[in-house]
Amino acid sequence: MLNRIHKNNNVQVLLGLCFGIVFGFLLQKGGVTDYNVIIGQLLLTDFTVMKVMLSAVIVGLIGFHLLKHVGYVQSHAARGSFGSNVIGGLIFGVGFALLGYCPGTVAGAVGTGALDALLGGMVGLVIGAGFFAEAYPLLRNGILSWGKLPVVTVPEFLNLNLWIVIILMEAFMMGFLVLLEYFGV
Amino acid sequence: MFEYLPQAIWSPYVAGAGIGVLICFAFLLSDRPLGCSTAFVKARGLIGKAINPARIEKNEYYREIIPQIDWAFMIIPGVIIGAFISSVMSGQFHIFWVPSLWGDTFGYNPLTRIIVALAGGILLGLGARWAGGCTSGHGISGSIQLSVASIITACCFFIGGIATAFLIFRVIAA
Repeated sequence: MLNRIHKNNNVQVLLGLCFGIVFGFLLQKGGVTDYNVIIGQLLLTDFTVMKVMLSAVIVGLIGFHLLKHVGYVQSHAARGSFGSNVIGGLIFGVGFALLGYCPGTVAGAVGTGALDALLGGMVGLVIGAGFFAEAYPLLRNGILSWGKLPVVTVPEFLNLNLWIVIILMEAFMMGFLVLLEYFGV
Repeated sequence: MFEYLPQAIWSPYVAGAGIGVLICFAFLLSDRPLGCSTAFVKARGLIGKAINPARIEKNEYYREIIPQIDWAFMIIPGVIIGAFISSVMSGQFHIFWVPSLWGDTFGYNPLTRIIVALAGGILLGLGARWAGGCTSGHGISGSIQLSVASIITACCFFIGGIATAFLIFRVIAA
């Protein structure tokens, strides 16, 4: 049943649109399609972005692994590398602060009427992604494969049982959110 | 339930929990992590195909991330529509060029803001593809799968972002 849905391209195009619509709706309701909120997070004066992301991970982490346990979903986690994940992440971070949106929230901001997100952000993202595609043949066997990570998942890294890791991470994330509320940020 | 829909803003915990549930459904029904940056590569490839198809066909990256209207592409039009519906329902929708925090600090000249946003967008697109995902693909979907690479990437997004934001608003603006 699920396999047939996964393989039906027309259904998947429609599902992509639907997932996007709900995602955009929730991003706007969460307040994170607002430039001021995102820059507030990066200046550590407004922790809304952290609260939205950690709540999503708290719910998704347990949901995903329960579904995986009963065989309804599979992991897509891949082995990364320092050259790809650290360097790419830092380049992204610089762009994140200059633009004040990320690739999802920039589209959400366009939906709320932000022209800087449309004419600056979305146009820039298309150009930047194109630069990467041009450079990819040079980067692929060079910097992108530099410093391959030894493990794929956190339980492998810590050499601990999956469910123990999940419980520890859930407790850590919830504790962090409680601390944020305690300090009133 | 329906009285919540037109509210301007929800608790970030409720919106976030909703996103967590949504991502579980994306894994279940589409067998994919929900991410947003792939769509921009596909858009670039589709524009390239309209201008010079041979050049796009030769590029290795577009053979891996095929420029076509598919699930990953449709996420972005969906997000625009979803945020539009949400902001119209709550009466927050308005057209503007310059966000207030930028405007109050560096002035409300649209051109200055667009140039900086464009530079930011280019680095964001380059960095997202370099790292293989964005705030949703790595930061949320990847963390949910307990991917070490995704958690490292998400930390680097914020390290780079916090350092640059402090440089812009606390050093340059001062």
